[in-house]
Amino acid sequence: MAGVIARRARKQRAFRWAVLIVLGVFFLLPLVAMVEFSTRDSNTWSLLIDWPQLSATYPDLSDGIVASLLQAALTAVLMLLLLVPTAVWVRLRLPRLRRLVEFLCLLPLTIPAIVLVVGLAPVYAWVNYFLGGSSVTLVFAYTILVLPYAYRAIDAGLSAIDVKTLAEAARSMGSGWATVMGRVVLPNIRSAVLSAAFLTVALVLGEYTIASLLNRTNLQVAIAFLGKSSATMSVAVSLTALLLAFVLLLLLSLFGERRSSRRRKESTS
Amino acid sequence: MTGVAVHLLGLRRTFGSVHALDNLDLSIAPGEFIALLGPSGCGKTTALRVLAGLEDADSGEVLVGGKDVTALPANKRDMGMVFQAYSLFPHLSALDNVKFGLKLRGRKASPNRAGDMLDLVGLTGFENRFPHQMSGGQQQRVALARALAIEPSVLLLDEPLSALDAKVRVQLRDEIRRIQTEIGTTTLFVTHDQEEALAVADRVGVMRAGKLEQLATPAEIYQAPASAFVAEFVGLSNRLPGTIIDEEIEVLGHRLPLIAPSSSSSPATALVRPESVTVEPHPDGEGRVVTTSFLGPISKVTVTVGEVLVVAQIASDRLASLPAGAPVRVTLSPSPVALA
Repeated sequence: MAGVIARRARKQRAFRWAVLIVLGVFFLLPLVAMVEFSTRDSNTWSLLIDWPQLSATYPDLSDGIVASLLQAALTAVLMLLLLVPTAVWVRLRLPRLRRLVEFLCLLPLTIPAIVLVVGLAPVYAWVNYFLGGSSVTLVFAYTILVLPYAYRAIDAGLSAIDVKTLAEAARSMGSGWATVMGRVVLPNIRSAVLSAAFLTVALVLGEYTIASLLNRTNLQVAIAFLGKSSATMSVAVSLTALLLAFVLLLLLSLFGERRSSRRRKESTS
Repeated sequence: MTGVAVHLLGLRRTFGSVHALDNLDLSIAPGEFIALLGPSGCGKTTALRVLAGLEDADSGEVLVGGKDVTALPANKRDMGMVFQAYSLFPHLSALDNVKFGLKLRGRKASPNRAGDMLDLVGLTGFENRFPHQMSGGQQQRVALARALAIEPSVLLLDEPLSALDAKVRVQLRDEIRRIQTEIGTTTLFVTHDQEEALAVADRVGVMRAGKLEQLATPAEIYQAPASAFVAEFVGLSNRLPGTIIDEEIEVLGHRLPLIAPSSSSSPATALVRPESVTVEPHPDGEGRVVTTSFLGPISKVTVTVGEVLVVAQIASDRLASLPAGAPVRVTLSPSPVALA
């Protein structure tokens, strides 16, 4: 009997390792290939970390990097400004609209980016007219694009607390709505807000379709453009962007885990 | 701290087709402790929330200390509130929760005010605990300290004990009363638990369908209910069939005075408290014991008299003399009764 159990455990262990190795190879092989390809030219990586020289050699790339970072930061800010008060307000005053708001926020997930661009093009004609053709204006489109992910994160955060009672308690003690948001709601959904912001940054850094079709520049457009003239540099930048997104997502999961384990520890102490 | 007078005048509030408040009038004297009692959906919580400014009335006025506050938002009304759900801010310690309102108002309160409030509710040493490190009862104590720290003109308690277990509930209930008597803040306490309301309040308001059925002292509410609803909602009552004769009602061979005398001679149902019923073992008794329930110092005996079921309250030491099936004699004390 013990032998059968030991044999089964060995088999299961072997199966687990096999799955892990296959998946690891599947994910890592392209990355290894990217590393191998991008190091064929010894100057590529040294140039990538030398910003003045990079922007002199590949001005389009440096413009793209700056544009993407700016877009990521502004999208995160705009998304939080729009979504957090809306989600809180819906929970406090319009709970019947919750399903509708959720549906609206999830819509961008079901619409292919190419279709979204067809709808956005005439809107952006007006955006061009009023605000000019700067790549920063993509922030509006990106805010819509990140809604499904950001809404989910923030809604989960709000579900974990009794927003209505906390807001009413704060109101009864003399808080205005700004204080309720800033000193009561936000500190209690901090990890949800961080999740939403990290997801937004990761998504914006990887966006290509909308920027390309609306003739704006960003990191991915610059990489695609660079691929035609300097393949090794474009692969090196892609790899860096990918690793940055990994790091962001890793931070996100680490932060969430640390919070929940701290909670567990405190509640059992 | 001295309390202020509170007047709710002609309050109406509807939710769809439901009248949560139906022309409600309620006056609370300065420093008085009023409990609003009623079944779910009777409008008691809505009345409290309208007074707090968390809900708008469709019409009517709210006067606090002679000032019309009907149009004031909740954060300008100077009220302390304890909620049914745990409402402590999870990211703040007990002490910081109590300090929250003080900081907002920028009061130059004594630096130890928050600590003093925690002392008042018996939580010295819990200053640095976070809400998730405290029991439900402790959390509600901190919530009470937090509500009182800002020296509110009115204290509002929205079923603050209903999430707690029975023993803590009784303990905290008595403490709320002690603290309220000590500081004298005008208090409105909403509950669906009649025992709680009768135990702590100066006056109890029994509500039904958005209206006050009766507002009186706990003894009056219990002994002289203004309506059949109040009689049935507050305390257990036997519904005994009888006949009205000469402004009294004849029930099980006993003539009982009526709380609201009626001159018409007709069949009626009297509401008789179990403690007004005496059950004695008797070989020729007209009644038979059906069941008995031991409830601690007192017990409940259910007896049939003909086709009528009568519940009586007896001292538990007499329980042994009343086994199921035993013949008994049932007598009713001549205290005034209400009609159903």
